[in-house]
Amino acid sequence: MSAPLLVVRDLTVTYAPPRRKGSLGTGAALSAVDLEIHAGEIVGVVGETGSGKTTLARATVGLVRPAAGAISFEGKELGVLRGRDLRDFRRSGQVQLAFQDPLRALDGDLTVAQVVAEPLDIVGGLDKAERRRRVDEALGLVGLETSFRDRHPRQLSGGQRQRVSLARAIVTRPRLLFCDEPVSALDVSNRNLVLRLLDTLRTELGLAVVIIAHDLSSLAGVADRVAVFYRGRLVEQGPIGEVLARPAHPYTALLTASAPSVQLEDRLHPDQLRHPLGDTGRTWSDGACVFASRCAFAHDACDEQPALLTVAGSGPDPTRRTAACHVADAWRTQLDPPLDRLDPQKEAVS
Amino acid sequence: MPASQPPEPTTARTHTLRVDGLGVTVGQQRRAAVHGVTFEIARGESVGLVGESGSGKTLTCRSVLGLLPAGCNVAAGSIVLGAGDSEVELTTVRRRGWDRIRGLRLAAVFQDPASYLNPSLTVGHQLAEQLRVKRDLSRREAHARSVELFVEVGLHRPEQVFHQYPHELSGGMLQRVLIAIAVALEPELLIADEATTALDVVIQAEILQLLSRLRRDHHLSLLLVTHDLAVVAETCDRILVMYGGEIVESGPTGEVLTDPKHPYTRALLSVASIGDWTRRTLDVIPGSPPEAGEQMSGCRFAPRCSAAREQCTAGPVDLTPLDAARSARCVRVDELALTSVGGVA
Ligand SMILES: Nc1ncnc2c1ncn2[C@@H]1O[C@H](COP(=O)(O)OP(=O)(O)OP(=O)(O)O)[C@@H](O)[C@H]1O
Ligand code: SF4
Ligand code: SF4
Ligand SMILES: [Mg+2]
Repeated sequence: MSAPLLVVRDLTVTYAPPRRKGSLGTGAALSAVDLEIHAGEIVGVVGETGSGKTTLARATVGLVRPAAGAISFEGKELGVLRGRDLRDFRRSGQVQLAFQDPLRALDGDLTVAQVVAEPLDIVGGLDKAERRRRVDEALGLVGLETSFRDRHPRQLSGGQRQRVSLARAIVTRPRLLFCDEPVSALDVSNRNLVLRLLDTLRTELGLAVVIIAHDLSSLAGVADRVAVFYRGRLVEQGPIGEVLARPAHPYTALLTASAPSVQLEDRLHPDQLRHPLGDTGRTWSDGACVFASRCAFAHDACDEQPALLTVAGSGPDPTRRTAACHVADAWRTQLDPPLDRLDPQKEAVS
Repeated sequence: MPASQPPEPTTARTHTLRVDGLGVTVGQQRRAAVHGVTFEIARGESVGLVGESGSGKTLTCRSVLGLLPAGCNVAAGSIVLGAGDSEVELTTVRRRGWDRIRGLRLAAVFQDPASYLNPSLTVGHQLAEQLRVKRDLSRREAHARSVELFVEVGLHRPEQVFHQYPHELSGGMLQRVLIAIAVALEPELLIADEATTALDVVIQAEILQLLSRLRRDHHLSLLLVTHDLAVVAETCDRILVMYGGEIVESGPTGEVLTDPKHPYTRALLSVASIGDWTRRTLDVIPGSPPEAGEQMSGCRFAPRCSAAREQCTAGPVDLTPLDAARSARCVRVDELALTSVGGVA
């Protein structure tokens, strides 16, 4: 495999005062995160609100400065960039962020073409004809006809608005695109439409795409890899098929067990994996596993946060699959009721 | 308002809600956004209302709640809450009349719980106040009952939550608070319009579980509105599929999911959250749904339906019973059943 486009090492980000009371006790929005992203790859980032997904994106584009760790893009260390260099990097538009329905916040009088062209102002140095060409190119890539140029965002459906916001994000021809919850405001059909579009963009532009989502099921059809966050920690990551078919971390298992499904089959039930809030009957130290207070398998060793380790016996390239749980290989044997009563096909080692 | 036939007493006694021929118009041109919507919810039953964005789900719910946005009106039909002595025709209820219905007999939760709470009052105060006013409880009784309700909806450290302001709680906690407020006065019917859509899957599953439990413990009827068939799969007894302002299919959940009769239901199933991680296709329903007020001859799904024939647009297509429990609005339903795709594999 080629050298990664983005390398995140031991990244820790703290927001001075906790942003929302109770959401992150320590004030750390991200703790010791390791992640690599390759060109042409789609990586899903999942986790609950406040788990640090957006912070990861913000740190990568240089909007927040890490407290520790390093981020490098195409081998260039971003943390050491200062002043002009940092501004130049931001301006290059090589890494773009597309926020959830950003158009809502924009001036209603702007046209679609103006909205899409805006990031080009920051890049600068393009003449009028070139700007127009870029806007048409971006609209074309997201499947919007040029007749949409003069419409206003309020005249668009949710799915169309999301496509405009993607056009806006790719107009600078980025190498890496972070999409923050691109589909959570859309209905299922439009959700699939936008995800397919991201897939096309990756193929046609060789773009690396990070899709931040709170819904695992929508990622199953499009992402190559998935990274699962819980309270600022990366708790599991690996090829999406393997992770979803046989989660190694109890929180990932809880996510898959909780996902809505039209198949009314027997599968793991959320109650087998977690305690109701505040019900474990013990207090954990600050350095405990982030999932300890909810985990059905928590034990004495969990008072210390486990490191992200290779998951045994998984896939052809085991180094690609990691999880942070002391009993990643063993918790299944403690399931109540035991696993053999549960869908054998789904639990088969892939 | 149209006076519908008095229902037969035997069925009437078992129903919490009967909607008959509901029509809703929007905008100054009074464009028809919902037409001929007819369904019933039995006491203690849970019904899922499913369809794409803009299919008229919210307008239907809001008509029941008497909370249509300005410019939207119930133009036809009847909505009857309760049965026997407690029966009330909701389309004729005026301002003050709603005080004795909303909150007391009918309650609702929506996608954005924060906007239904007063940001400057503690959440406990907002629940207790309702109990004091509507149930005539003393301050102390109202406090105690509020804490009980918070426990019931699964809020951790309820005494502490009681004294917190909305901005101090997460989206999932706020939705639990809203549910506690909604069920506080023991309503007959709870309407949840995309109440879990903005929540992450773990919290969504917990809230759906909570709604099922409340329904069982309080003999509550539930109308659950969502665009994703998967969300209602485990929670609802029956499913109503809505398209372009009409109900196009209805039936027991299991049957509809395993053997959908209407091509639109099949299309919705193909885009729903399947829960099968190995299936790596992202289907879409081509085209877009009709706009409110769009005049169309015959089946409104025809422009997007791969099974459409000339006969489909020749004349009006009615919602036709297929058996005692199921119905569909499709002229080709029999032919298509022969070549059935049999739902999701
Ligand atoms: N306040 C309004 N004014 C004008 N038209 C409206 C209004 N509210 C809804 N409509 C129109 O009525 C139709 C049905 O809307 P409704 O909100 O009931 O759909 P929905 O099924 O709830 O969709 P969603 O899944 O997006 O919530 C749509 O065509 C919509 O554009
Ligand atoms: S380390 Fe312990 S508490 Fe953490 S997920 Fe594993 S078993 Fe649960
Ligand atoms: S009536 Fe015709 S167009 Fe409509 S759903 Fe049935 S087959 Fe399709
Ligand atoms: Mg709605």
